[in-house]
Amino acid sequence: MKTRNKSAFLSLPYIIFMVVFTLIPLGVVAYYALTDPSTGEFTLDNLMNLSEFLPVLGRSVLYSLISAVICLVLGYPVAYYIAHRGQVAQKILYMLIMLPMCMSFLLRTLAWVGLLQDTGIINNFLDWIGIGRLQLIRTPGAVVLGMVYNYLPYMILPLYSIIVKIDNRLIEAAEDLGCTPAQTFLRVVLPLSVPGILSGMTMVFVPAVSTFYISQKLGGGQDTVMIGDLIERQFKQADNPNLGAALSLVLMALVFLCTGLMNRFGGDEEGVVV
Amino acid sequence: MSKELIRLRDLTMEFDGERILDSINLYINDHEFLTLLGPSGCGKTTTLRIIGGFLTPTAGTVTFDGKCINDVPPYDRQINTVFQRYALFPHLNVFDNIAFGLRVAKCPKEEINERVNRMLEIVSLKGYGHRNVASLSGGQQQRVAIARALVNEPKVLLLDEPLAALDLRLRKDMQNELKRIQQATGITFVYVTHDQEEALSMSDTVVVMDKGRIQQIGKPEDIYNEPKNAFVADFIGESNILDGTMLADYKVKFFGRTFECVDKGFAPNEPVDVVIRPEDIDIVAPEQGHLVGTVTSITFKGLNYDIIVEFKGFKWLIQTTDYCAEGSTIGIRLNPEDIHIMRKSEYSGMFGDYSSYSAEYDELTEDADEDEE
Repeated sequence: MKTRNKSAFLSLPYIIFMVVFTLIPLGVVAYYALTDPSTGEFTLDNLMNLSEFLPVLGRSVLYSLISAVICLVLGYPVAYYIAHRGQVAQKILYMLIMLPMCMSFLLRTLAWVGLLQDTGIINNFLDWIGIGRLQLIRTPGAVVLGMVYNYLPYMILPLYSIIVKIDNRLIEAAEDLGCTPAQTFLRVVLPLSVPGILSGMTMVFVPAVSTFYISQKLGGGQDTVMIGDLIERQFKQADNPNLGAALSLVLMALVFLCTGLMNRFGGDEEGVVV
Repeated sequence: MSKELIRLRDLTMEFDGERILDSINLYINDHEFLTLLGPSGCGKTTTLRIIGGFLTPTAGTVTFDGKCINDVPPYDRQINTVFQRYALFPHLNVFDNIAFGLRVAKCPKEEINERVNRMLEIVSLKGYGHRNVASLSGGQQQRVAIARALVNEPKVLLLDEPLAALDLRLRKDMQNELKRIQQATGITFVYVTHDQEEALSMSDTVVVMDKGRIQQIGKPEDIYNEPKNAFVADFIGESNILDGTMLADYKVKFFGRTFECVDKGFAPNEPVDVVIRPEDIDIVAPEQGHLVGTVTSITFKGLNYDIIVEFKGFKWLIQTTDYCAEGSTIGIRLNPEDIHIMRKSEYSGMFGDYSSYSAEYDELTEDADEDEE
């Protein structure tokens, strides 16, 4: 009893922080979402009139899911490789994976602009070898590429931390019971990696679905507008914070729904780190 | 008895230049229960892992049914393993754990059901199929691990200290259970343990190992009654080991006195190690004794008393059902068949003196043994 009281006391600073900077702003967002822009009276209009934004929402979810899946496909072998090196090599490789995260997110995205733009390094090279310039930037592909590039470490790290904990004797037991290396992977290693896969997917999907900077810099035109762009536009240009708040609420609900589905899909109550 | 199934020839294993196994030569017969017995780090687990295919020997060969299997991976060997601490798959329930090998082998579904259910019955876990393995007790997990290996009907079952994590009572039950399963199925068991009692009570053949070498191979009775050197004598049961001289066949001298014995074939006046088991010593009145000594301590052990008796500065352990007061003087008699003669070895002088004996000593060494990798 005593220790419980003490730990509650110790978590007080965090609780105050969360109330002031998360719960109260959330209330403000809800207030704006449920009031009329001109009269300030209670209304559901902001939330009811969102159907025109459905394609944007759908696109955000689709691109983020595609990015998360690509991150998984690219990240799993890397995580597996790192988890099976020696202690020292593991530490070094872990640092290398962390390294891009030490650089500014904006800088990382701008670097891709320099690579992909019409007069960028890649197009200059393609022109020089005679293929000619291609439309690289301002495409959905560029947006997905930007997401994958920025969020890949968030896939690799949770996967690594789960894979490294798989007991080597389980792998030996599988081999002992007749599994070839490929069967061992499918029947033992992969099922035991599920918590890492789920948490990696969540860690990539959540920031990707609400991103706006990547799509603004690497995208262009109507087929790359994301829900994050739309929200930003309401606050900065359209001067309609009520609509922006309503969109934010919907996005939040969507994120909860998607991560909830993903964890449910993974089945068991194995604690997924979000 | 029956035909040879596995043969290890000049098996040598080195890790980072350290020699773990040194020229192991051993054959294992079909249907045999063979135990590799030795202290931590003696190479018994390494030997087992080489037979299982998890390690490739530095030198030497493993043959199975006459064919060299050095380069055959574990999944292509007709051998299954019960791992130390079980290594059950945490993402599968009891049934699916046991069915694992059959599913990999693409057995028809009905056959899997039938064989797994029969296995559950054999290991007394009927009705536990749907249980999560983490919810089982140590003994139950143990039996799942055995069932998971046995259901594949391997030619050989390797068991790596399978009972080490169980408490004493459960361990005894499982020993009987394992022996029964082995006799019922006729599968060859290769069993690794550091528990000499376990080895003696279960095995057809015991292989005593130390420092990467085989010290003695034989039936449990032979290992106990005719230990080859001081290490085996000390490791298997309790032993008083003394310096002696073999005067001639059937005549050995120690403590300044000549005794009759049943051993022969030594050079005249060859220095030897003399082994006397604590339970073989008869206590008599001092005037009737071959030797006379003073009791320095007595410990009640349940079945018997352990008493330490000092003879001319050398302390012996004697097990007796008679109470002897501390400080009393007693005589002992030794029959010829109670005196075992061994040639001198690198282990001479290292074991068999109970001068530093104390009751706690047993417990200390037992704890240390638990730490085996």
